[in-house]
Amino acid sequence: MLEIPVIRWGKPYQSLEVTDVQHFATGEPVAKVHQANGGIIKRDMRQAQKARDALLEFSCEELIERLGKAGDHYETGTLAIGDGTQTPAEFAHQQSSTTGLPEHMCRANMGKNSFVLKNMGKILDCLTRGLPLDVLSRGWGIEDRGVVVSYQCQSPVLGAVLPSNSPGVHTLWLPAIPLQLGLVLKPGPQEPWTPYRMMAAFIEAGIPPEAFCMYPGEAEPGAALLESCERAMIFGGTPTVERYHGNPKVQAHGPGFSKILLADDVVDDWEQYVDLMAESIYINSGRGCINCSGVWASRHTKEIAAALAERIGPIEAKPPTDPEAGLAAFTVPGMAAAVWGMIESDLQEDGVTHLTEQHGDRLVEQERCAYLRPMIVHCESPDNEIAKKEYMFPFSTVVECPEDQMLARIGPTLVGTVITKNESLIRAATNATHIDRLNIGAIPTTKLNWLQPHEGSIIDFLFRSRAYQVPDEMLPAS
Amino acid sequence: MTTDSTAAANLETRQQEAKARLDAHTVEIVQWHFHPSTGSPFWLEKKAELDFDPLTDVKEFDDLKKFPLFEDEWLRGGPIRRWVPQGLDGKPTYVFETGGTTGIPKSRMVIDDFRIDYEMFSETLPDEHFPKGSNWLMLGPSGPRRLRLAVEHLCQFRGGICFCIDLDPRWVVKLIKKGWMEHLEEYKKHCIDQALTVLSAGHDIKCMFATPKLLESLCNALEEKGQSFADTGITGIFSGGTEFTPQWTRFCIEEFFGGPPAESGIYMTPTYGNTLMGLACSKPVTAAEDYKISYYAPQPRAVTEVVDFDDPTKVVSVGETGRVKLTTLTKEFFVPGFLERDEGEREAPFDLYPWYGVSGVRPFHGFASQTTVGVY
Repeated sequence: MLEIPVIRWGKPYQSLEVTDVQHFATGEPVAKVHQANGGIIKRDMRQAQKARDALLEFSCEELIERLGKAGDHYETGTLAIGDGTQTPAEFAHQQSSTTGLPEHMCRANMGKNSFVLKNMGKILDCLTRGLPLDVLSRGWGIEDRGVVVSYQCQSPVLGAVLPSNSPGVHTLWLPAIPLQLGLVLKPGPQEPWTPYRMMAAFIEAGIPPEAFCMYPGEAEPGAALLESCERAMIFGGTPTVERYHGNPKVQAHGPGFSKILLADDVVDDWEQYVDLMAESIYINSGRGCINCSGVWASRHTKEIAAALAERIGPIEAKPPTDPEAGLAAFTVPGMAAAVWGMIESDLQEDGVTHLTEQHGDRLVEQERCAYLRPMIVHCESPDNEIAKKEYMFPFSTVVECPEDQMLARIGPTLVGTVITKNESLIRAATNATHIDRLNIGAIPTTKLNWLQPHEGSIIDFLFRSRAYQVPDEMLPAS
Repeated sequence: MTTDSTAAANLETRQQEAKARLDAHTVEIVQWHFHPSTGSPFWLEKKAELDFDPLTDVKEFDDLKKFPLFEDEWLRGGPIRRWVPQGLDGKPTYVFETGGTTGIPKSRMVIDDFRIDYEMFSETLPDEHFPKGSNWLMLGPSGPRRLRLAVEHLCQFRGGICFCIDLDPRWVVKLIKKGWMEHLEEYKKHCIDQALTVLSAGHDIKCMFATPKLLESLCNALEEKGQSFADTGITGIFSGGTEFTPQWTRFCIEEFFGGPPAESGIYMTPTYGNTLMGLACSKPVTAAEDYKISYYAPQPRAVTEVVDFDDPTKVVSVGETGRVKLTTLTKEFFVPGFLERDEGEREAPFDLYPWYGVSGVRPFHGFASQTTVGVY
């Protein structure tokens, strides 16, 4: 069993508070994780500039190159983790055993993270719109068109309070290192695996260890991290997003409420899009904020719902080691039953029909965990309460709504796939400020183009574009 | 006999003596609270509901199990006079409150108990680090709480003068509940600014009470000014609460104070208590014992037991985990077994405190998610 220490600017720290991370199904301890107290974080953050200084010893390009190597190490290497080592297979097994995510999904997420690391150059080129990266290092520079630009770094480090239940989110903080910002992470209590393995891969690839802090723990270190980092991300539910709304220091990532809109010009051909809709709802066990939780159309909604229910309703809960396992377990005691209770209450409303009911019980309770099998619910109107819901399993409503009301009624939408060729609808969707990522055409909500920003550009979050004027003699001769 | 076996025999004798003292004290206190001429209206009225007679049926401490558990809800609302024992009528009386962020707070009447408790606590403080005659800073909750007056009395009892700041924990709880974290931060800063001002004003302050959160904030504020805690000249700190964990203690000692008392000259002692009981002191906290914190109540005036989660009449074995149960036995206040909102492990007696204690105190797991702890 691995013993995982707190990391303070690259140095291991043995806390007097150590918790066991347990196997979700057996309760067996999988790792001992040292817990940070909030005071340590606040004190360490006074040294945060040293992390950026260490990274500024390298150019962004050098760091990008090392990230490529880190991607290889992450995906294929045997890395030093805590007091032991970890192979990729052990990683997938350990991550699955504490998060409830099937092992093959853990392996797939490794590939996703590795892909992002190996393509960081292209990603940053797109996120910065081709800005020479030394502008970010120096704080100012001259663009190819001869204009002085300045991007002021807003924090020497990026902090992140990470979740336990969604290994896919880790791609969001990876750009910090090549942007020469240190990383200050509070891993999710059940998911220390990705942050620690990623840090080990970075260090193996030659990134200075003093760029990293890892502060496992519960709520107190999370609050301390958010308080003491000038820029930090947090992942949580709607209350978390509301709590940090308007706080420029915190980027809060909450539920996605991602949706697929089938416009009137395509909806009669809905059968062509069943695969796309099912994939958007079901892939990665429906846990991501990018998973579809609402399919909206003006007609054929009952047939669409029935077809989706037929497709994903029969999926069974299988052991996490089964290569066919499609569902992640709910590992927090009582949570699946509580979610099911909320859904059952919403199903009582007039105009709401549960289409997956015929495929057997949705709530599957086991000795130490529970599963919720995929659900498709038809709503006769956007007014139905359940049309506004999103859950951490493959769950989607199919909502009947006239096309001319759709954009006004869908509410906040992280990923909106709008399937249409109707120019005026495309224009309206493009202008809809409540849709974050917009896919026009038959693109699954879950298919991310890594060259596009996610929930706000990280460049805009970490750097501020501002005026910067210099005398002519400081400009290079043309 | 070996030295060890002699020590063990001595400890056993002292344990027996302590137990005899506790039994005798229990009988005396129960007689006081239930005698028609000295008891409080509350307990005399309660007596009618009991299926035993406390005056004849309580012969030792264990007999207190005959009482139903004390419910702190009884302390909500008045009249406060119903708690004043008739035998103490006419004496100047205080009321100390707990809770009260919303609704009616719990009230406890006090005459001299807080002074007696803190004078007893004073005996446990090492003069080397809490010099007699030195001035104190009280950096904790003020208003209708026991703590401010108690710390001030402790300071005066030791010959010093106590400087205080204003801190309203009810407002702090309200800020947290409203999610007004910026306001919370500003309020904390407001308190720390006052403390820094007092400390910079040449009052020769050498001792302080601080809650763990405020002590940490004070140390951070000093370091942000390029100073260290040692620069304040404070050598003795007393603090308390469930956030006072071994890890937090070690963090403070190693990183803020510059090492253990022998190296840094700064000594910090944890305490455990509340308005219902006195002040439980800690066994000295050392790196050699991984900063383990074990509390021992001021017997016989108060007793802490660690009891079975399902059966509060059953004490758990040494080293086992259970709920903390408090009993208060003073002439002013009688609490025959109150289940605290905390849990911990039962600790064995030792030479300084020849009775059982409790370590690892933390919020009771059944309440943990609903309780806001360490807010100030």
